[in-house]
Amino acid sequence: MAESDSNTSGDIDSREPMLFMQGVSKSFGATQALSQVSLSVMPGEVVALIGENGAGKSTLMKLLSGVHLPDQGSMKIAGRLYRPVGPSDARRQGIAMIYQELSLAKDLSVEDNLMLGREDHRWGWVARKQQRKRVVEVLELIGHPDLSPSRLVGQLSIGAQQLVEIARALLSEAKVMIFDEPTSSLPKKDVDRLFTIIDRLRQQGIAIVYISHFLEEIRRIASRFVVLRDGQVVGGGPMVTTSDQEIVTMMAGRSVENHFPKVPHAIGGPVLRTRRLTGRVPSDVSFELRKGEIFGLFGLVGAGRTETLRQIFGLDKTLSGFVELGEQQVRSSPRQCIRAGLGLVSEDRKTEGLAQNLSIADNLTLSDLNPFSRFGVLRLSKRTRVVREWMQHMSVKARSSEQTIGELSGGNQQKVAIARVLHQNADVLLLDEPTRGIDVRTKADIYQWMGELASKGKSILFVSSYLPELIAVCDTIGVMAKGRLREVRAADEWTEQDILSVAVSNELTSI
Amino acid sequence: MNEPGNVVVEPPSGHAARTRLWRILDSFGPLLALALVILGFTIADNIWGQGRFAELRNVRVILVLTAPVAVAALGMTMVIIAGGIDLSAGTASTLCATVLACSLSAGYSVPIVIAMTLLTGAACGFTNGLLIGSLRIPPFIVTLGTMTIFLGLAKQLAKGSTVFVDRNRIPNWLLNFSSTMPPDWNGWLPNIAIGVWLALGVAVLVAVLLRCTVLGRYLFAIGSNESTARLCGVNVLGVKLLVYALAGLLVALAGIYSFSLVKIANPTEGIGKELKFIAAVVIGGGSLSGGRGTVLGTLAGAAIMGVIASGCDQLEIQNSTQDIMIGIIIIAAVTLDQYRQRSTQR
Repeated sequence: MAESDSNTSGDIDSREPMLFMQGVSKSFGATQALSQVSLSVMPGEVVALIGENGAGKSTLMKLLSGVHLPDQGSMKIAGRLYRPVGPSDARRQGIAMIYQELSLAKDLSVEDNLMLGREDHRWGWVARKQQRKRVVEVLELIGHPDLSPSRLVGQLSIGAQQLVEIARALLSEAKVMIFDEPTSSLPKKDVDRLFTIIDRLRQQGIAIVYISHFLEEIRRIASRFVVLRDGQVVGGGPMVTTSDQEIVTMMAGRSVENHFPKVPHAIGGPVLRTRRLTGRVPSDVSFELRKGEIFGLFGLVGAGRTETLRQIFGLDKTLSGFVELGEQQVRSSPRQCIRAGLGLVSEDRKTEGLAQNLSIADNLTLSDLNPFSRFGVLRLSKRTRVVREWMQHMSVKARSSEQTIGELSGGNQQKVAIARVLHQNADVLLLDEPTRGIDVRTKADIYQWMGELASKGKSILFVSSYLPELIAVCDTIGVMAKGRLREVRAADEWTEQDILSVAVSNELTSI
Repeated sequence: MNEPGNVVVEPPSGHAARTRLWRILDSFGPLLALALVILGFTIADNIWGQGRFAELRNVRVILVLTAPVAVAALGMTMVIIAGGIDLSAGTASTLCATVLACSLSAGYSVPIVIAMTLLTGAACGFTNGLLIGSLRIPPFIVTLGTMTIFLGLAKQLAKGSTVFVDRNRIPNWLLNFSSTMPPDWNGWLPNIAIGVWLALGVAVLVAVLLRCTVLGRYLFAIGSNESTARLCGVNVLGVKLLVYALAGLLVALAGIYSFSLVKIANPTEGIGKELKFIAAVVIGGGSLSGGRGTVLGTLAGAAIMGVIASGCDQLEIQNSTQDIMIGIIIIAAVTLDQYRQRSTQR
């Protein structure tokens, strides 16, 4: 598979890379997601792709898997120009993605999943015997002949499902395999098994891109690394000669100086308290949010920050522990939380935060229609007036207050989502990644508002994956990892390196 | 359309212009289709028929045929806007008609009879809402189940046959409720059956509810994105209960219409009617994925079906051809809906 046409074979460096990207750029509207990214992976090599959330990793993956086309630059697979027209074309040309969320048909057997779309058949009749042979072969190849081909995939553990996914990629003769945070939902023993398999794949001459936040893992599996930040490649090299500290510095270091407008604000007594809050992901989370305080929560994907917020707001079930607002315990539903003075801005504008096909006015006022209603009948003109005031205050760019929100840019949608919480006059604001995917200017606006709100005595719980903004904007920062709140310090007592090392630490190494 | 001063105006782009065109089609499309259908039949009738299609008498027939479908379809519109569906509406309406017939026969006074009928409908709807909201079973499944439950209840009530009611026991207004030849009317309204006027009144009420009330906003919000509604503190279960109960009330009203038309109650008559109600909403631009639907559209949808039925009768076109025509219109309406959705998405 790895044979090259050149006559200088034998020398590793002159062999043709299996995956080759050069000068690749991609922008979405005004946001430059990737700029001039180059990456090459040799056959049988494992390259780790590292970067903070939002550094451009997922955009890169989407280009490789055929979801988007690059604006600039070229990609090659095994020396042939690669320009996929869609995800299925990408798969045909030899790219396989192993996603965080698995893409298997849960009601089909292992065998049916492996052969889906490429069944051995004669005039529509599945040639079971022949097919079973290939399936057994490929399961042996990944070292797991113990996996029964007739089991239903839905009954398998997540780890075993991942095996099926990898086996499927092998069956489709993938040349490049991309693992996107493959261990995030795996127990320890499955992680070891996964690494054994990746090693086997490597020996088969497959080029592997491995994305992970966990440096320990990367050290075990990858020989080389590439760091992405703000859509650019900012460093890379062999794993053995680079220290963790150097890599963390590359991840965190900033090339552009962002301005973080500051508004002085005074901090008062405690307003919101959680006591040993435990749910599906968060475990034993206790902290205190004071009046006029901006409390930042950092953590990597899956650390449990969003879940903590959702639990405080009554959207997720609490298994044990409780939340106190003032002197009272707040309980159960978002409805009661809103009444008690809490407001949540969801991280997911598309599927939860906003009703995409309703108007700006509807979205902005949905959580509090009381000021406009008399016996349940709305006074629409009054509502329009108030909505316009908010739009002006937050400088929302739109045709009118009745425009469908899905037509607005991400930044403008976010302004409406924040305006809703302000409109309902919440005292405690839970902001989940409020600056994700929006332009620099709107970001600065949001920091400004947060400062102003704090100076008016409102308290803000601010979840973010972007360290510079957390350090610049927050009074206090807590770091979560694997569902636990690991450490809380005043913002000026943290450095980016400290925060990252707490966040990437595994349970065993840190406590 | 642009607002002065405070709101920044985006430069018009091809995309914006296109969505504006769709928005116009959104509100007037079904009416346009209705006009086309009427025009088509009028011309066809003048050429091949006896030229009676556009006569007042026939207009009355169309209106009387349309009113019951429209009333129930208005309830269905609310349910569909909230992201639900009610397959039990057809059998529930005959259950209500059976209750009406039985209680009339039993000699209860008219106000009590009407109250019992309406309550039956509301109870049917409330049951649907309760099962959907609290058990978290998809509305399609729940109402598929209650559809046959209501049918069974109606059959039990009618003791397995049709309920006939002695003419003298039926009050006069109910006899003429959806009559095509109403008695002389000395009010200022045109001389059309009172049921048609009532249907129009209901339409106005539903339109006001959808547009100007808190409940209306909540219906659109739940249908558009239930998690957003929950996030904003909307009492999703309560709203669902209310909307299904309201729809049930309108279904009961439709039951009164159908009893008044035939003066008997046949429990099995309602089977399949729900599809007509749903078809009216869908032809009128309602989206089965929720969040969209209009009163005007639904009325037009119901009228289109009435016009086709009556027009085909006039032209002596077979019943089977009517069915095919309505089927084609439904598919065309949904296809248009899909295009519209795709064109407004980025």
